[in-house]
Amino acid sequence: MESTLDIFVKAIFSENMIFAYFLGMCSYLAVSKTVKTAVGLGAAVIFVLVVTVPVNYLLENYLLKEGALAWLGDEYKEIDLSFLSFIMFIAVVASIVQLVEMLVEKFAPALYGALGIFLPLIAVNCSILGGALFMQERQYSTILDATAFSLGSGIGWFIAIVAIAAIREKIRYSKVPPPLRGLGITFIITGLMGMAFMSFMGIKYGKEEPKSDSAKIEKTNKK
Amino acid sequence: MSKEPKEPLFSKKNKKLVTEPLADNNPITVQVLGICSALAITVQVNQAIVMSLSVLFVMMVGNVVISLLRNLIPSRIRIIVQLVVVAALVIVVNEVLAAYMPDISEKLSVFVGLIITNCIIMGRFEAFAMANKPWPSLIDGFGNAMGYAILLIIVSVFRELFGSGTLMGFQIFGDYIAGDGLYQYGYANNNLMILPPMALIIVGVIIWVQRAKNPALIEEH
Repeated sequence: MESTLDIFVKAIFSENMIFAYFLGMCSYLAVSKTVKTAVGLGAAVIFVLVVTVPVNYLLENYLLKEGALAWLGDEYKEIDLSFLSFIMFIAVVASIVQLVEMLVEKFAPALYGALGIFLPLIAVNCSILGGALFMQERQYSTILDATAFSLGSGIGWFIAIVAIAAIREKIRYSKVPPPLRGLGITFIITGLMGMAFMSFMGIKYGKEEPKSDSAKIEKTNKK
Repeated sequence: MSKEPKEPLFSKKNKKLVTEPLADNNPITVQVLGICSALAITVQVNQAIVMSLSVLFVMMVGNVVISLLRNLIPSRIRIIVQLVVVAALVIVVNEVLAAYMPDISEKLSVFVGLIITNCIIMGRFEAFAMANKPWPSLIDGFGNAMGYAILLIIVSVFRELFGSGTLMGFQIFGDYIAGDGLYQYGYANNNLMILPPMALIIVGVIIWVQRAKNPALIEEH
């Protein structure tokens, strides 16, 4: 078993949402022109991930998974609703985003001013739904692990978008070949940053795993 | 865009809806939509083709459904309505894949589910299907999904050919393990190609080539 801390660190570095799985690339590319907006969007992503993944975890374990309805009585034990998970997860994400938006607007107007415009964008950010789907696929054993995973992924995403925004601000003063300007160079920089982040794959996690470095690389290759 | 009732099915305007997204208005390299899933599943050509077909299906059906409902959807909750339509279609795709192609479905894992939040689909719903009749919407869906498919297939051909020396599972450069074919002369697979960052760099280079050929697309910064 991985410890909660392992899951957290892994989610930030070696399994970074952007550099290892390309989740949330659309908003990552669109909103990374200045550091200020990048910080706003990054913070909103952390926030929404930390709220939605635990909720989806509860849904998955007490409603959707095979045998999850056992708490209703013996006759419900056989039911497997996991085919409904996509629609449940996206509904949860979309409604929580709306709810969060309203709550933040009411109780923290300053925060709303900073995050407000980004919140609706986030409902369709792949990294949020991706967080829920990875949580489902990896079957974390406790809700604490799932929360650690979501917080880690959020922070990883935040680091990635702030870093690229800082680079893009600076690159304005460089002489980039015209056809590469804007989108093209951003892709290539992201690729190079991804290579740098791959060096985190060598981190040793937990006690059981120290020998399985090559196996882990192979696993990433398959994906 | 208003349309005369007698317009033929394949008028010039409709043809343009198909041909534009293939190159000059490609959803990935120009509109910058749907990159999330495009890069992760391009390690093998097979996966890329299955993914493109799934997106093609979801996109065409979804565009028609949204276009039929466009006058009934209150604009305040349209995002949720669109998400529910996509999610329902993706569930169908996922179940079909799991039933008939279990190994590919396993490799695509969460990325089939992520078609739901694929920005191409939501983007086209918002930009086209909400304002147009079903038939042009169908064509628009087809064109954009094909633009997506073409890019996916180009990227995956590069990555599979140079990364594992195969194309759709067939060995092109000879048997790597036995060491015959090109491998006996010292050729080696480029393992970097299989790793995620290379997908980004390949797309970056494709964008470079495309913009060098068509200077109208060049950005100011």
